[in-house]
Amino acid sequence: MIKVRGYIRPDGRVGIRNHLLVIPSSVCAHETARRIGEEIKESVVIPNQQGCGQIGDDLKMIFRTLAGLGKNPNVGGVLVVGLGCDAIQGRDLAEEIAKSGKPVECLIIQENGGTSSTIEKGKHIIRKMWEEVSACEAQEVDLSSIILGLECGGSDATSGLAANPALGKCSDLFIEKGGNVLLSEVTEVIGAEHILATRIKDDRVKQKLFKAIEDIERRAFLQRTDLRGTQPSPGNMQGGISTLEEKSLGCIYKAGTAPIVDFLDYGEEVKEKGLSIMDTPGQDVESMIGMLAGGVQVIAFTTGRGTPAGSPIAPVIKITGNSSTYEKMKENIDIDASAIIEGKASVEEVGRRIFDEVIKVCNGKKTRSEIYGHREFALWRIGFSY
Amino acid sequence: MEKVKAIILNRGDNVAVVLSRAVKGGRVSASGDGRDAEIEALDNIDFGHKIALEDIKKGEQVIKYGQVIGVATEDIYRGNHVHVHNIESCRARGDKQKAGEDTL
Repeated sequence: MIKVRGYIRPDGRVGIRNHLLVIPSSVCAHETARRIGEEIKESVVIPNQQGCGQIGDDLKMIFRTLAGLGKNPNVGGVLVVGLGCDAIQGRDLAEEIAKSGKPVECLIIQENGGTSSTIEKGKHIIRKMWEEVSACEAQEVDLSSIILGLECGGSDATSGLAANPALGKCSDLFIEKGGNVLLSEVTEVIGAEHILATRIKDDRVKQKLFKAIEDIERRAFLQRTDLRGTQPSPGNMQGGISTLEEKSLGCIYKAGTAPIVDFLDYGEEVKEKGLSIMDTPGQDVESMIGMLAGGVQVIAFTTGRGTPAGSPIAPVIKITGNSSTYEKMKENIDIDASAIIEGKASVEEVGRRIFDEVIKVCNGKKTRSEIYGHREFALWRIGFSY
Repeated sequence: MEKVKAIILNRGDNVAVVLSRAVKGGRVSASGDGRDAEIEALDNIDFGHKIALEDIKKGEQVIKYGQVIGVATEDIYRGNHVHVHNIESCRARGDKQKAGEDTL
């Protein structure tokens, strides 16, 4: 069994980082939350732009996602800041996150006489909380506690030829060694879903995948437009990808060959062991945030054109199969897989390199996105504001 | 002129991916999955872009990875650049919705 070092949380889940999170329950509480966060430089403030004016499934999804981020085991403690009249009530959010057993506090701006006193109180709270959270020590844990999230962004032809196949080998190896993997970006399964379906034994899971794809196509019909211009994107097209189907066929390589055991809603907690799929859009940052809300602790991200995107609470490992991209954006890329295109390395060899890097990152090695302070954040929306 | 290599991902494909820039009139040596082809490039084709291995008539399927990636929107000839100007996706085509039709 492969072991890594992780922080064991009260609910038994394991984190490979140890963050203190400040979460505004709605956009109106964000600036206050941001100023509170300035007190402790290691703290992470979630720049939540949503949380009010929303209804139905759209509102439920944002609540579930914010709660999931707080519950993520990479997070050691949380301060929720609410305005007081928001659709997502700060107390409800704090209560949900507190089910994880970790230290959670809540401040409501309208009850504290405005922003200045809320900020003062908030700074005091996170100072005390940080004393507790920073004292947590990592211990040896099984790889079975770790979920590796898969992402691709800025894809080009090399993604389907090199980076994704190599990541696929890593995914298979990760599962073989007892770990778990999460595939996402269901828009980028369109055209390849019949291939993934052959790996799904549970018919209920298969139907969820097909329904999610049907919903995406229906939304495009609702808008009376097709997906060209964003799927594929301008960069995808410059890089040689002509259609969504072509993109998807290259994308699914990163999920290797393991059986698919579950299909989750956006931000829903990963429950089953093995390889699962989460319903997230192709938009990279929204997708990663959904996976993190599901409990993913580390992300492996292939990019043909190059993107620096990181995440607020998890290390993001960047892999490219394009040697020109690697040369131009070396500071943002962790692994160069272009030797596969040049015939100088096999997909298996590079897959093994990626696996080794994931283990090192779990054990504390910082990724480029962490070193350069990239904490991109965005929430998927499935409804309008009212 | 240096010969350009292209990779055939599946022997049933009708396109290959060029691994360096092909110049119009230049020779492209495509191989992969037990199939080989020597083709004259009819267009300039950038690294990572597709070259037609066979003629593909307007409306016919374009095959890569052994799967359908779209249909040809005009007649394509062996050696042509295959990309957004002559191939289109068949999925999520909300633009084909007729005006006034109930979309829900």
